[in-house]
This record gives sequence, C-alpha cells and structure tokens, in this order.
Amino acid sequence: MMLVDKLSLYFQYPFVRYALVVGVLISLCSSLLGVTLVLKRFSFIGDGLSHVAFGAMSVAAVLGLTNDMVLVLPVTVISAILLLAAGQNAKIKGDASVAMISVGSLAIGYLLMNLFSTSSNLSGDVCSTLFGSTSILTLSKTEVILCTVLSVVVVAAFVFFYNKIFCVTFDESFARATGTKAGIYNLLIAVIIAVIIVLAMNLVGSLLISALVIFPALSAMRVFRSFRSVTICSAVLSVFCSSLGILISVLAGTPVGSTIVAVDIVAFALFSLIGFVSGGKSK
Amino acid sequence: MSQLECRDLCLGYDGRTILHNLNFSIDSGDYLCIVGENGSGKSTLMKTILGLQSPISGEIITGDGLHQNEIGYLPQQTVVQRDFPATVREIVLSGCQARCGLRPFYSKEEKKLADENIEKMGIANLGKRCYRELSGGQQQRVLLARALCATKKMLLLDEPVSGLDPKVTAEMYQLIEGLNKDGITVIMISHDIGAALSYADKILHIGQNVFFGTKKEYLESEVGKGFGMNGGRE
Ligand SMILES: Nc1ncnc2c1ncn2[C@@H]1O[C@H](COP(=O)(O)OP(=O)(O)OP(=O)(O)O)[C@@H](O)[C@H]1O
Ligand SMILES: [Mg+2]
Repeated sequence: MMLVDKLSLYFQYPFVRYALVVGVLISLCSSLLGVTLVLKRFSFIGDGLSHVAFGAMSVAAVLGLTNDMVLVLPVTVISAILLLAAGQNAKIKGDASVAMISVGSLAIGYLLMNLFSTSSNLSGDVCSTLFGSTSILTLSKTEVILCTVLSVVVVAAFVFFYNKIFCVTFDESFARATGTKAGIYNLLIAVIIAVIIVLAMNLVGSLLISALVIFPALSAMRVFRSFRSVTICSAVLSVFCSSLGILISVLAGTPVGSTIVAVDIVAFALFSLIGFVSGGKSK
Repeated sequence: MSQLECRDLCLGYDGRTILHNLNFSIDSGDYLCIVGENGSGKSTLMKTILGLQSPISGEIITGDGLHQNEIGYLPQQTVVQRDFPATVREIVLSGCQARCGLRPFYSKEEKKLADENIEKMGIANLGKRCYRELSGGQQQRVLLARALCATKKMLLLDEPVSGLDPKVTAEMYQLIEGLNKDGITVIMISHDIGAALSYADKILHIGQNVFFGTKKEYLESEVGKGFGMNGGRE
C-alpha cells in the first residue's frame, strides 16, 4: 500500500509524468531499429554517433544554448550521413574513421567543458551527459514536445518503410539488384539512428545508448523467429523495461539510465533462459 | 531484338580489368550456362549484368521489354548473418519489394504470388519456419522462390547447386528446367560441366579463351574440348 501511495504522490509532479511519457516514447523508438542495427553491423555507427552527440552537447553547453537539441540534432544527423558514406567506401577505413570521430569528439567535448564551463560542478555535468543521471527528470515542456514529435516521426517512418528496411537488412545486394534504392534506405536508417541517439541522450546518457538500442532486440531474438515478431517483442519489452526502470529509480532514488539498462539486462537473462528451454524442447 | 546483349564489355574492380571485350546476346527463353575456372570473373559478370557494379567499358543492353530491375537473382553466397530472424514467407515476400515502388505494404496479389512460388518450390510446409534453421538445399529453394517473385522474365543463378547432395542437385536442376520451360530465360553459372551440357542450349565460357555459342558448337570447339576432357583445366 505504501508503495502505491508513494507512487501516486510522485505522479502529482509534472516532471515525473514527463519523464515517464518521454521514457516510453524513446524506448519505443530505440528498440525498433535494434534488430537492423545489430544485424547490419551498424552498431559501431551508433556508438560513434553517441560520442559525437556528447561533443555537440558540450559545445552547446559552452555556447550557453538553452535548448541544446537545436545544435546536437543536426550535427549528429550530418555525422551519421558522413560515417555511413565513409563506411561504404572502404570497410577498414570506415571503422577507423568512426573510431577517430567518436573518440575525437569525446575528447574535444570534455576539453571544451573544462575550459569554458562556468558550472561549479563540472564532473557532475560531465557525468550526467555521459550517464544521463538526471536529465530525464529535468525536461522542460518544449523538450517534451520536441521529443514527442520526433518519436512520432521515427515510428511513422519505421512503419512506412518496414518492408524496405527488412529487404535492405536481409540481403542488400538482392535488394539493389532488383531495383530497390538501397542507398537511400541506408541513409534513412542512419538518419533515424541519429535522431534516436539524440533523443536517447536524455534518457540514458550517451554512454548507455547502445544498451538501450541493442538489449531489447537481442532479448527478442532469443525467443522469436520471425522479423515481425522480433520487432514487436523488442518494442514491447523495451517500453516495459524503461517504464519499470524509471519507476524504480524514482522510488529508490537510483540513477535513471543505469537502472533502465539494469532492468534490460535482467530481461535479457530471462529471455535467454526462455529461449534455451523452449529451444531445447523443440529439438 | 535480343533480351540481353553485352557489347565490348570489359569488367573488373578498381580499374583492374578481369574480362576484356565480351560480346554475347541472349534471346527470350534461352538457357545459358556460364562456365570457367575459379576466379575467372563469372560472378563479376553477373553482378555487372545486375547493375551492382558498373562495367569498365562497353555496354549492356536490355531489350524485348526487359528492364534491368526485372531480373531475378540467386546469389553465390548470401551473406545472411547467422542470427537473422526471418521466416521463409517473409523472405520470399521480400522478392516482391521492387514491384512496390513507394507503396509501404504488400498487396494481396503480391502475397498470393509469394505463396504460389513457395508452393512451386515445394517448400509450402516450411512457410513459417525460420530461415536460419533450414538445410542448405531448403535455403536455396527459398532464395529461388524469392528470385521468382522478382521476375517473370529472367533468372540469374550463381552456382545454384554448390554444396547440395546429388539427389537435391538433380531436383534443383529439374526445378530450374521447369521454370525455363515456362518461358523464363535462365542464365546459370555452374562448375558442373555435365549438367551445363545436358540442360543449357547456349554456353558462355570465360577465362583465357572466351567462347560463346550453342552447346553443339561448344563441344566441337577447342575451348570446349579442353575444358570437358580435363575436368575443368585449360
Ligand atoms: N570485391 C572485389 N574486389 C576486388 N577484386 C575482386 C572482388 N571480388 C572478386 N575479385 C576478383 O575478381 C576475380 C573474379 O572474381 P569472381 O568472383 O567473379 O570469380 P568467379 O568466376 O565467380 O569464381 P568462382 O568460380 O570461384 O565463383 C578474382 O580474381 C577475384 O580475386
Ligand atoms: Mg563466383
């Protein structure tokens, strides 16, 4: 009973409600492309981009922008396009350039924050950008609206291009040979990833984004066998885990991002077990 | 006019030419076998025909109502990642993608076409199974069904029987022959010279010496004699 009372008390605060809404939306978006990301080996781009986003965020902080998304979103999207182009030209060079860009922007970002930050709690700031410790609970109304709009766009784009994304993910050369414009869809996937990463920075911080994207997909792949059921399952799972994570962190006062990822890990273990048991039965 | 014609085609990678001045043409309903040593550029030729890479020089002309994106394709190796979760039906249906244009979902006809092709390939009982759990021969059939969804006119098959046992190989050849009888032009790469000679009506031999002509001409040519006798060595 006490738990329920405590929860309903918390829900009277708008920031808790905002956090939950945004959390659900972001985790829905991030899970959708998880399968594609894992299978297309785009995850390295995801990792690189999250560091770019961190760099852009520190620049925004230094410039004193009140709404840092204005800067972070375009920078990340452009980097996504560049990284994709680099990755397609030559495989090894692509990997190296991702590493260069991502570590570079991490270093520059931290340097800039150190040099120009006026905040008294610098390491706290850095920590919250990296691990998203509080930002989800300090969202302004504009940010909530922006998040909502972007999420709706991402989900709509995914549903609309679902079959094409499947085609390009499963067998890119066949898709290209039969006249599907694979280049454009790769670009679309990269842009969506960039948007998701910028969104997810708010929820879990830049270091933990990959976990948010990849864990639900990997869990779903343990149990389900078709692309559609894996996609649906990872979306549901991701939303569930994030909501649970946010509630736990509000009640227990733990950092939001890492709590969500911890819940995702537990779910992964659970699904692995289910997959193991049911796989063993069918054999 | 022939359905597909290659004129003075030179192909290769990064400016390095592998094949020089290739000339041949195929008519609607033909069964062409491409033979040649490993590394002679057979798969490269196929990829060039499909538009996956551009020729160094020369041109590929499609005619007889064939568009370049109406060619069905069975790759030599599908680099499908080990863990890809997809059912047989989802994969076959993806062959219809090119027909969709910007339309986001598959139409009833396309779903019907996919089911028919699944039926035709004799894998109807596998429709809901996961692709990665199938045997090599079953996977080839799935990919062939997918290729059939992409075309009614021309199929390009890159070593469709590699890694299959003799029985499944024979079944595969029969399936392909049946499709050819239904009017689909077949271009097949094969190391199985015996099969090439018994099913195909035209042969393209590439390598040091290039030969293109009918089966009969091939058997009488120097290239053909050498290749047939010594089990693939020139
Ligand atoms: N992506 C690539 N980049 C550069 N060179 C390549 C590439 N793919 C193949 N080659 C080279 O092109 C030549 C022809 O290759 P191709 O795959 O067309 O041969 P193939 O006739 O299909 O051989 P196989 O019978 O083994 O399938 C080979 O010498 C190979 O090393
Ligand atoms: Mg080959």
